[in-house]
Amino acid sequence: MRLSRGSQALLRISTGITLAFIYVPLLVIVVYAFSVSRTFEWPPPGFTFDWFDLAFDNTGARDAFVYSVKTGLLATAVALVLGTLASLAVARHRFFGRETVSFLVILPIALPGIVTGIALNSTFTQVLGIDLSLFTIVVAHATFCIVVVYNNVIARLRRLSGSFEEASADLGATPWQTFRLITLPNTRTALVAGALLAFALSFDEIIVTTFTVGAGDQTLPIWIFTNFSRPNQLPIVNAVAVIVILISIIPVYLAYRLTREESTAARGGAPVASGAVTAP
Amino acid sequence: MEQSSATATEPTNLGGSSPDIRLSGVRKAYGEVVAVDGIDLEVQRGEFFTLLGPSGSGKTTTLRIIAGFELPDSGTVELGGRDVRDLPPYDREVNTVFQDYALFPHMSVATNVEYGMRVRGTAKEERAKRRDEALEMVRLSGYGDRKPSELSGGQRQRVALARSIVNRPRVLLLDEPLGALDLKLREQMQIELKQIQHEVGITFVYVTHDQEEALTMSDRVAVFNHGVIEQIGAPADVYETPANRFVAGFVGVSNLIERDGRQFTIRPEKVRLLEPGEGDDGMHIESGRIRDVAYAGMITRYLVVLDAGGELQVVRQNLETTSAEAVEQGGRQVAVGWRPEHTVAVKAATHTERG
Repeated sequence: MRLSRGSQALLRISTGITLAFIYVPLLVIVVYAFSVSRTFEWPPPGFTFDWFDLAFDNTGARDAFVYSVKTGLLATAVALVLGTLASLAVARHRFFGRETVSFLVILPIALPGIVTGIALNSTFTQVLGIDLSLFTIVVAHATFCIVVVYNNVIARLRRLSGSFEEASADLGATPWQTFRLITLPNTRTALVAGALLAFALSFDEIIVTTFTVGAGDQTLPIWIFTNFSRPNQLPIVNAVAVIVILISIIPVYLAYRLTREESTAARGGAPVASGAVTAP
Repeated sequence: MEQSSATATEPTNLGGSSPDIRLSGVRKAYGEVVAVDGIDLEVQRGEFFTLLGPSGSGKTTTLRIIAGFELPDSGTVELGGRDVRDLPPYDREVNTVFQDYALFPHMSVATNVEYGMRVRGTAKEERAKRRDEALEMVRLSGYGDRKPSELSGGQRQRVALARSIVNRPRVLLLDEPLGALDLKLREQMQIELKQIQHEVGITFVYVTHDQEEALTMSDRVAVFNHGVIEQIGAPADVYETPANRFVAGFVGVSNLIERDGRQFTIRPEKVRLLEPGEGDDGMHIESGRIRDVAYAGMITRYLVVLDAGGELQVVRQNLETTSAEAVEQGGRQVAVGWRPEHTVAVKAATHTERG
């Protein structure tokens, strides 16, 4: 489609504004993480790496970081197993209520975190009577991490012809052999992409976490939130935020690359935007 | 059963052993749609048996029931005399060549061919030996390291074949294996398939909607229509003595006409185009007019409207006729003649009789 000069300019400007809205605030954080000033002073009087040294030495921040990584890895592991099984069931078998199951698996991503949070909190503390701990956060995070694994894997399974699995069974492979030798290798990149996105989602989650975190435990987002209002800590918070940005970008970028390469290879043409990769 | 008269041709039973495949009363429905409606058939050891029919006639469903991908709602499935109803596909001594080949895209040709032996735990040296033999049989030695995506359609077809026969199954099932190939390659592969079957001696069950392919390749043909078998017989039986109107029309050109309340068909190559007044003794002669002429190189097809009612397709080899001469025949008044012994009385198809 050819656009007039005016429309082209308009598109360029609006794209520019959109990107600016998203990235200028991030840039501000990055700049102040290196500023010598303790306040948001403009222009920054000078630049330093001191805040990063302080951030690394800060036990609170370090413990929170380790705790977040642990949570993210465990929630991702749970999501990988359950999300993959759910997508196999929905993509490869006909059963009563299949569409409903598919919808219910995706729903948690759309539910407001605050609702999920209070629901899980009540269930854990009131109904089940268990103390909030790492276990409760992992379960809570898994509810929405499953969605991204599920979406990625099911998109791949739908592209992957079911006759490969039939051919495998026909040649004598048991269902487990078929899964290991045929299904898994052909969905591997979707699994990795789903896992990376799930980890990224879990790593920066704060709302549901607030309702399910154990007493005395802190994830990195919670640590940031509590220290953000303390003027003394502000520069360290900025430095930690920069680290979080880096840690979040890498998995999302890798996931994007993986799914894009696959769809390019699969269709033998121009890269196609893969709906599955979009982190909600 | 009603169709028992249609399935009159009995298979020759070799030495009294049980047939490789026996289906009895097999029925399969998907919701309201009945895909296979109570079929019986027996396939003998080493036979090239073809399931022929239009799309949606139940031939592929039958194949999938034999392979174990579909469970029949009722009826029994026996392989080599053993009831396999409850056996999953991986425990049945059959292998399938799929219509889309279903070659594993992440594996090389060699790994694809070895797959069945690998999952069954065959020793490495044995695997390599049989793989090389199979690839040689399909004339693809030296292609082992390629990926399926690097092969042509015909080569993929042959890999799919090698991947199946390397396992030495009791029965090889082929689901329209040549459907995706162009005509020349198809004809060449038909010959190759026959040769390979002869070499390995495995029973072939072949699904196709192409009547010419079925007639060329098969020892016996089962003609499917709306989930029932209309006729089982050798190609010549099915072509020369079709059991009913459906078979007559689907296998070849039907040329159905009615005289004195009797319906019969006459094959286009059995009808002679004559000059008015010409004709042998003992020949049935009728007059008509040529309505259409289709010149097809080797032959010309004439459509003759008979004065006594009905239309006949007549095929004539272009022995001396040129295309211009053939086309000029259009609109001419002619006589057609045939020997009464070449006509076949037909009744309606099993399916339509049932309503």
